[in-house]
Amino acid sequence: MFESLSYLALQQYWWVIVSLLGALFVFLTFVQGGQTLIYTVGKNETERSLLVNTLGRKWEFTFTTLVTFGGAFFASFPLFYATSFGGAYWVWMAILIFFVIQAVSYEYRKKPANFLGTRTYEIFLVLNGAFGTILVGTAVGTFFNGAMFSLNEMNNVQWETPFRGLEAVLTFHNVALGLAVFFLSRVLGALYFINSVEDAQVYERSKKQVLVNAVPFLVFFLYFLIALLLKDGFAVDPVTGAVSMESYKYLHNLLAMPVVTILLVVGVVGVLWGIFSTLFRAAQGGIWCAGGGTVLVVWMLFLLSGFNNTAFYPSIADLQSSLTIQNASSSHFTLTAMSYVSLFVPFVLAYIVWFWRAMNNKKIDVEEITEDSHSY
Amino acid sequence: MLEAIDLSLVNWSRAQFALTAMYHWIFVPLTLGLSFIIAFMETIYVKTGNPEWKKITKFWMTLFGINFAIGVATGIILEFEFGTNWSNYSWFVGDIFGAPLAIEGILAFFMESTFIAIMFFGWKKVSKKVHLAATWLTAIGANLSALWILVANAWMQMPVGMKFNPETARNEMESFWDVLFSPMAVDKFLHTTSSGFVLAAIFVIGISAWFILKKREIVFARKSILVAAVFGFLSSIYVVFTGDSSARSVAQNQPMKFAAFEGLYNGSEGAGLIAMGIMSTTDSHHSNENLMDFNVKLEIPNILSYMAYMDWNAFVPGINDLIEGNEKYGILSAKEKMERGKAAILKLKEFKEAKAAGNAELASSIKAEFQSKDFQENYFKYFGYGYITDPNVLIPSVPLSFYSFHIMVALGMYFILFFFLSFLFTIKGKLEKHRKFLKLAIWTIPMAYIASQCGWIVAEVGRQPWVIQDLMPTMAAVTKISTSAVQVTFFLFAAIFTILLIAEVKIMMRQIKIGPKIKEEGGHN
Repeated sequence: MFESLSYLALQQYWWVIVSLLGALFVFLTFVQGGQTLIYTVGKNETERSLLVNTLGRKWEFTFTTLVTFGGAFFASFPLFYATSFGGAYWVWMAILIFFVIQAVSYEYRKKPANFLGTRTYEIFLVLNGAFGTILVGTAVGTFFNGAMFSLNEMNNVQWETPFRGLEAVLTFHNVALGLAVFFLSRVLGALYFINSVEDAQVYERSKKQVLVNAVPFLVFFLYFLIALLLKDGFAVDPVTGAVSMESYKYLHNLLAMPVVTILLVVGVVGVLWGIFSTLFRAAQGGIWCAGGGTVLVVWMLFLLSGFNNTAFYPSIADLQSSLTIQNASSSHFTLTAMSYVSLFVPFVLAYIVWFWRAMNNKKIDVEEITEDSHSY
Repeated sequence: MLEAIDLSLVNWSRAQFALTAMYHWIFVPLTLGLSFIIAFMETIYVKTGNPEWKKITKFWMTLFGINFAIGVATGIILEFEFGTNWSNYSWFVGDIFGAPLAIEGILAFFMESTFIAIMFFGWKKVSKKVHLAATWLTAIGANLSALWILVANAWMQMPVGMKFNPETARNEMESFWDVLFSPMAVDKFLHTTSSGFVLAAIFVIGISAWFILKKREIVFARKSILVAAVFGFLSSIYVVFTGDSSARSVAQNQPMKFAAFEGLYNGSEGAGLIAMGIMSTTDSHHSNENLMDFNVKLEIPNILSYMAYMDWNAFVPGINDLIEGNEKYGILSAKEKMERGKAAILKLKEFKEAKAAGNAELASSIKAEFQSKDFQENYFKYFGYGYITDPNVLIPSVPLSFYSFHIMVALGMYFILFFFLSFLFTIKGKLEKHRKFLKLAIWTIPMAYIASQCGWIVAEVGRQPWVIQDLMPTMAAVTKISTSAVQVTFFLFAAIFTILLIAEVKIMMRQIKIGPKIKEEGGHN
């Protein structure tokens, strides 16, 4: 069935899937956001353990989504994988290291003879939460602001600065996205605590953190969004493939793709309603509304970066080296084969949802983690 | 296209990949095998309802969790390293190589991460049977992820199911099934996972032996040994068969690797197998006329020919044949292959120039020539040789390959005997009396790790200098970045992984010392 689709349709299909994986990852960074709150919301050892155990049952989903996002990007748009990972070396290495230190921290944190001590592993969690989100957000910012690379005739990447990607922090628009993701993850983390932890103190402090972090999130996010709609973008000539600058390109994209615009607005409203209902209506399920909204917003932002003849990974060193969903993708055959694999995704999501509900049908409390044979 | 390549960059990038892969490979085999051993134990618990089996399951599950966490930590680097340090490779073959990695994430990692949470935290949240299913699915998920990464690795050693596209300057997939079911992929998957089962079984027996020596948890230890010995014995025999099949696959597709790990400098008909040997410390290089391969060797005639080609008298090429060529057996010399590889690269360059100049007609005719069967089979086949300037770099480290291979095989044989004795002593109820055997069982644990790492060395060092066999050498695959940047990340990873390894070993040892502690309701801490 996929064989009959045009090459462009398959490229678009895969851009939609990769974008969705990226969006799901951002939602799942409630784990990272929650990690940065373990000292703010958890005021003593027991409360901290409660929070760490709450997040600890979900951290692998975030981790796995990141890895799958990488794998799916590699399979569908290998030129991005080669260009960005090989080019922006320091950014990706930094991101990876912050995820490496997370992967052991839950399991080793409270184990006797853990060599580094409980506090070190907790600091690892905080560092992963803070830098993991800020760096990923800043890196994604380059999808809209461009990066300093060029490609030769063999499509081999040449990075034009010695900072290998770290120069992205010099563009405030990138950093604003990084900080927006960071504060959003903290909002989501606090919302997840409210939803999953049975403890009055944790509830009150989490609620406060929703408010405290929602304000900077909105500031940075709205700045990012408004600046995006006003800035020049990287347009692709659909016939020649030539890339040129176009004023208000992303605004034009929104106008040209009303479905994307509507879903983006729905997403923003979802995030806002999740926050509002938690703060003013004592709702406990704000994470679902805000989480769903997050998925929609991030998903649509990715679509905005690559659809409607836009270069999704533009080069500001050599405009014509910019990556588009056409020139960076896998072959028709590979995209077709992978499209069949994508049919498994609903099944995977279904069993994740089913077991997530089985595990979360009762809120976690202190009693559970002290009784449980395996706690973090 | 043939730009100056900094060899120190290539070597540091290789060192970094080797470091991270070898660290990762310390933990993976235990995950692969222990997950199944735990599943067997829990199955017995669910079938019998005996709480002792629940205690056993939970103890090994705790050790599994400690090992799994660091396996995840060391694994994430590897996937992204293909992009960060081997970006030219990522483009050149990403169309084929990316797919297994994506499938691994979608089909295996999510399975693993969903069900592992149930396995650890779901004892009271789901029914016994659902919990058991989750434990099995964790094991299957772990082994499925091994499948996909090994399919990817096998493809690098035996590229099949693809065609080079001059337009995009990369290889593109033509048959997904050829990639998935290539003989190399099947052998590699079966051999690697079953070797993981062997390691895990030894791990369980060794630790259980320690408990018996300490006169603690005797029933727990005996039961654990029984499960592990049966699983280990069957797996260790299977490893031999899959190893044999793997060797044949290597002999036919990677003759240089085969010659290196067999220490075969000069090929012959009815070639003998060096069962044991000490390589000469003098220069055994192929160009050395006073060749002294071995100071001491124990050779079994004709076996190598049979092993490689199922024919006692078949010709097995040696390193010299592969470098100098051997007309009688139709083996091209390395120099000839280099010439042909250069011709293929030049042809691609001509095509690119014609395209850039807007000469569509010329570009089209070059492309047609490039894609012709004759050019593909006689020139493009040696594309990677075009990057080679000195034939000697085509020879991997022979002593490293030879010793690693022979240590691996010798230990593999010993493991069969070890499992047999473990089983025998357990069913006869005489384990406690064989204290020397119990001590040996503890010392067998590091041997299993050595065998496992040796296997990795044979597979990966033996194929040098190829990232993609015959098509892309490491020097063409590497990301162009300053050597100092790679040095920094190399030492950073070395430091982080070493610290985490120390933590893991200390935690593991402490948990073993604590032992399985049963709570009133049947749980343990």
